[in-house]
Amino acid sequence: MRESSPTLAGLRKRIARLTANGGFESRRTDGWLASGHARFDAAIGGGLAIGHTHEFFAADALDATSAAAFAALIALRSPGKAPLLWLRTTDAGKRTGHIYAPGIAELGGDPDRLLLVEAADPKMLLACANDAIRCAGSAAVIVESWGKFPLLDLTAGRRLALGARDAGTTLLMLRLNATPTPSVAETRWSVAAAPSRELEANAPGAPAFDLELLRWRGGPAGTRWRLDWNHDEHAFEDAALSGALLPLPARRAMASQGAAAA
Amino acid sequence: MRLASVDAAALAVGLRPGMSLADARAQFGELVVIPHDPVLDHGWLDRLAQGCARYTPLVALDAPDGLILDIAGAVHLFGGEAGLVADVEHRIVRLGMTLRHALGPTADAARALARYQTRPAPDEGQAIRRLPVAALELETEATTALVRAGLKTIGDLAGRPMANIAARFGADAAMALRRLLGDAPSPLDPRVTPPPVVAERRFAEPLGSTAHATRILAELAAEAIGDLSKRGKGGRHFRATFFRSDGLARSIAIETGHPTRDVGLVMRLFAERMDSLADPLDPGFGFDMIRLAVPRLEALSTTQLKLEGGAVREAETDELVDRLTVRLGRRRVRRLRPADTHIPEQAQLELPAIEAPEPSPWQAAEPGEPPTRPFHLFDPPQPIEVIAEVPDGPPHQFRWRRQAHAVRRYEGPERIAAEWWRRRDNGGLTRDYYRVEDAQGRRFWLFRHGLYEEKDDPRWYIHGVFA
Repeated sequence: MRESSPTLAGLRKRIARLTANGGFESRRTDGWLASGHARFDAAIGGGLAIGHTHEFFAADALDATSAAAFAALIALRSPGKAPLLWLRTTDAGKRTGHIYAPGIAELGGDPDRLLLVEAADPKMLLACANDAIRCAGSAAVIVESWGKFPLLDLTAGRRLALGARDAGTTLLMLRLNATPTPSVAETRWSVAAAPSRELEANAPGAPAFDLELLRWRGGPAGTRWRLDWNHDEHAFEDAALSGALLPLPARRAMASQGAAAA
Repeated sequence: MRLASVDAAALAVGLRPGMSLADARAQFGELVVIPHDPVLDHGWLDRLAQGCARYTPLVALDAPDGLILDIAGAVHLFGGEAGLVADVEHRIVRLGMTLRHALGPTADAARALARYQTRPAPDEGQAIRRLPVAALELETEATTALVRAGLKTIGDLAGRPMANIAARFGADAAMALRRLLGDAPSPLDPRVTPPPVVAERRFAEPLGSTAHATRILAELAAEAIGDLSKRGKGGRHFRATFFRSDGLARSIAIETGHPTRDVGLVMRLFAERMDSLADPLDPGFGFDMIRLAVPRLEALSTTQLKLEGGAVREAETDELVDRLTVRLGRRRVRRLRPADTHIPEQAQLELPAIEAPEPSPWQAAEPGEPPTRPFHLFDPPQPIEVIAEVPDGPPHQFRWRRQAHAVRRYEGPERIAAEWWRRRDNGGLTRDYYRVEDAQGRRFWLFRHGLYEEKDDPRWYIHGVFA
């Protein structure tokens, strides 16, 4: 077909340029934040893609610590000394508790890599997130928010995602006490605490997580995982016992939340 | 050659300042003489003044041998005037100096009392009135004239009409008298530590626009940084002061985590600071002077660029820390450092990232053991209601934030005693910590505050949440 109109040719050229630039939807990535659990990583294409946004929703307000710990551990697993920027609002310490370095050190993370930023309100939090995401050289940026976050609409989310793509940084949005809403995130997770493997004398064991992949741009969602954190290996691993021990009510609550989000 | 000053021992054998050296030697053969060096004396006085900044920021030099301290509003820090005077005496005497001091309602009065008071008096007003007329420090002829007229003390003079004194002994005498009595102001000229690097610009016509002022500030920054690079130093702290033509001045300061000589960085931080001001910079009728001071310098080590770009990436993080610190305040951007204590809430220090010390090692977990410290810590701990099977046993069920949790697994107690060697009341109560897991698999850190031997009805608290 002959190019009849110069306008059409111009548009074609523009599209070609956008694709060459790696348009917003492109799947190019510089690497992954891997969990260390081979099947888990393979199922989402290698891990959490660097240079993209990933969202972690706490399945319940009480699962805030599990969601925060999962995001922090997967970021701190990355080799090197690159800092992990953690942005939260001033009231977060009272609500979910202060981030406690001795606990992180016992999980095998390096608390010296943490750089905590406390913003007075969600507006300032978003402004700081926009700055932090543009600073290359961080292992990841965790932005922690509580409840609905009306300021984080699609435009704000896309601005953050573009900033992350341009600087090659990874944005981990930690949404506590919130219900999943549409966003530009690469992956979206629901994280809950899971009963741990019992140790001697009925003592609680290693940290255990119940994960549900609510959305993934690169493939099917809805997969559920039960992972334990092994601080000696510095990696996630299969929960030792089958999921049969997970109490029924908890499962039902998570399933309904997942369905609502999808 | 003459004696410039003498010490107490020399005074006792009859030597006086101003005597010729030959006379003095004739009178007292073993005299030890040290050449007079006014410059060194002044330097010493300046150092003393610097030391006196501990009492008040307003310290003025009264050359050649006096210091005037404005202690208004600073006295309570030393437990009253007597406490402050005792402290000054203690420190000065320890340096081997002789001290004469006095307190007065004005700088001139205090100075006159310290130098001329010979007899004690019931109060400051009386003391000033009993001073000899020499305390006015007039010309020798004027003082002699006053004494010849029978006016020997300040009190004698104060009783007479001011106009007569001015007519007969000169306006200076009247003015000095009024200052001494506190009727005229006696301003203090305090010694200030000048910042090591200053660049300033004055304008014949006041600048009416903030944007223009910012451009001038950038030029000043370039100038100051040129000065810094000559010294091989970098600035850690920059302060811009905008002087308005109506006499008001506004200071804006920024701080960096590492010494810098980067004009662009400094100006970006200033722009950030100005954006975050609650009340923006107002030129009013215009700025007639802008000054940029660099009060804090540090040696600037040159960094070599690494091939893999490590230094560049670190520099980017440092710049982000600077920018967020300027925007949010230094306490809002923090790093965590360990503290040497086993009291959980004191075991981590949250320090401003801009000046956090080098990292020191954290305690890692035992291999194969689950973590014993939580991921999130509540400070202060939050009270909970606990049901235990036996009074000093582990919790069976607890209620936190209006929600009941049944304990399925537990480990403990881990007993953490109070630091009795630090606190006077023997340190308070012992805590028994339990790691518990509820039916949903959430792991909590609970403790009972106090043993049953220590307290009748110890309360339970939740101190943290595990991952």
